[in-house]
Amino acid sequence: MNHRSSYFILSCLGLGFAFLYIPILSMVVFSFNASKLVTVWDSANSPTLKWYYALLDNEEILDAAWISLKVAVINASGSVILGTLAGFGLARFRQFRGRFTLNAMVTAPLVMPEVITGLSLLLLFVALEQLIGWPAGRGITTMTIGHMTFSMAYVTVIVNSRLATFDTSLEEAAMDLGARPLKVFFVITLPIIFPAILSGWLLAFTLSWDDLVISSFTSGPGSSTLPMVVFSKVRLGVSPEINVLATLTIMVVTTMIVGVSLWMARAAKLDKAAA
Amino acid sequence: MTGRGLVVVLPYLWLMLFFVVPFVIVLKISFSDIDLAIPPYKPLLEWVGKNSLAIKINFNNYAFLFTDHLYVNALLNSIKVAFISTVLCLFIGYPMAYGIARAKPKTRNILLLLVILPFWTSLLLRVYAWIGLLKGNGVINNVLLWLGLIHEPLTMLFTPFAMYIGIVYSYLPFFILPLYSNLEKMDWQLLEAAEDLGCRPWQAFYKITLPLSRNGILAGSMLVFIPAVGEFVIPALLGGPNALMIGRVLWDEFFSNRAWPVASAVAILLLILLVPFMMWYQSVQTRESAGAR
Repeated sequence: MNHRSSYFILSCLGLGFAFLYIPILSMVVFSFNASKLVTVWDSANSPTLKWYYALLDNEEILDAAWISLKVAVINASGSVILGTLAGFGLARFRQFRGRFTLNAMVTAPLVMPEVITGLSLLLLFVALEQLIGWPAGRGITTMTIGHMTFSMAYVTVIVNSRLATFDTSLEEAAMDLGARPLKVFFVITLPIIFPAILSGWLLAFTLSWDDLVISSFTSGPGSSTLPMVVFSKVRLGVSPEINVLATLTIMVVTTMIVGVSLWMARAAKLDKAAA
Repeated sequence: MTGRGLVVVLPYLWLMLFFVVPFVIVLKISFSDIDLAIPPYKPLLEWVGKNSLAIKINFNNYAFLFTDHLYVNALLNSIKVAFISTVLCLFIGYPMAYGIARAKPKTRNILLLLVILPFWTSLLLRVYAWIGLLKGNGVINNVLLWLGLIHEPLTMLFTPFAMYIGIVYSYLPFFILPLYSNLEKMDWQLLEAAEDLGCRPWQAFYKITLPLSRNGILAGSMLVFIPAVGEFVIPALLGGPNALMIGRVLWDEFFSNRAWPVASAVAILLLILLVPFMMWYQSVQTRESAGAR
């Protein structure tokens, strides 16, 4: 790159990242603001932790967070199983009946507008309930099924792309030495794609934890998730407790992502050293 | 069943039951009558007398969508908003993806992490952040007033401007990531060769980089355009009461009016519109991964 174009690219990167991060930073800063007006800095009493204590006393938010946590954990674990199977099948079996359909079915949820997925899942649950009596009413189970349906698509993509780049000769060597396919999968394949599965689990967890639209369609009375509570609060205007919630979310996510990428970078280095 | 079959049968059946079959039900209900019952629609199939089954298909819901201008206008407006947002993502995201792809490997990983991080942080909370920035006594107005650039607060929240900002902001990582992974595979020596042969940098970019990154641009654009057409959260929070988007219309028909058959018809209409784009996206993806191997 010559100098003029690199200055142009550099300023684009700078402005772009400012655009991405100013809103996030503003939430963090104003979570310490004492004023109830949220965006007007009360310099006499700030910074303060009072909204952090208020959040910890807010039963509505804590209850919703507990429901969200349950749904997210079950969803992530189920999605990882389904997504790994699908990703493995698509990456390793070049030809099988239904390959095209499976491929289409894991691509579509990635781009499908959530209102459509949400509505269609709800209508399915209502029809099933009329037909066979299950699921009886809607709640955590129906929400989890809804979340798994789109989360597993993301896991499939992650696992599939990891498998596409890794060397099949290791698997072939194990087979030549007489290992059965199942053993090859658990002894060779699984450890190698483990980082991809872990990031798939984390991504599925986050997708579920953040989901508003599909949860709203598939939840029942008494099973409001955290995003549903946040949405109804935010519709009434800004609230200092939401800033606190956002700050805590950002802290957890940042720690997690940085931790996982450092761990993965280390694993990659060890891989290289071993090879 | 073979071992292969056993691997894929579980995800296959799951997606059939919870992703494909639901659409058939939506289609069915879009042809039913609204009923004041739970669930609020009349059955399509009914036993008439002892041995005859009557099918009642009515096209009223669809006719209604086309007679009331609200729905067509909402659909057209959603396409317009999604299209403009995609173009904005292209102009902001392309230089960023390009810059990241050309950075040194160490810097590249950090920059990539910075793009991914917002994507992991709740969309709802990040959209909420813009309310605090854009509102009447919000951060942007306060800064501009303090600098003396304006004397009265600007009205930004609940305008189309706010909605565009929200959509571009939320979907930008979805544009940058596929484009980056395309640009990362680029052979930069081609650019040097072009410059040696007398191309100016912009010409080289226009003649080499841009055509070679076509699939990355397409994949990123689809990942922004398709979900943005049906977006609900952003118009609901930033667009104000007049932001007419089809996702929001569907939501209101369902939750406020309890008109499930009308909501289903809206969903089917939206789906018919989006399926060609989804197929296009899939073929671009297949081409990309074929090129990677």
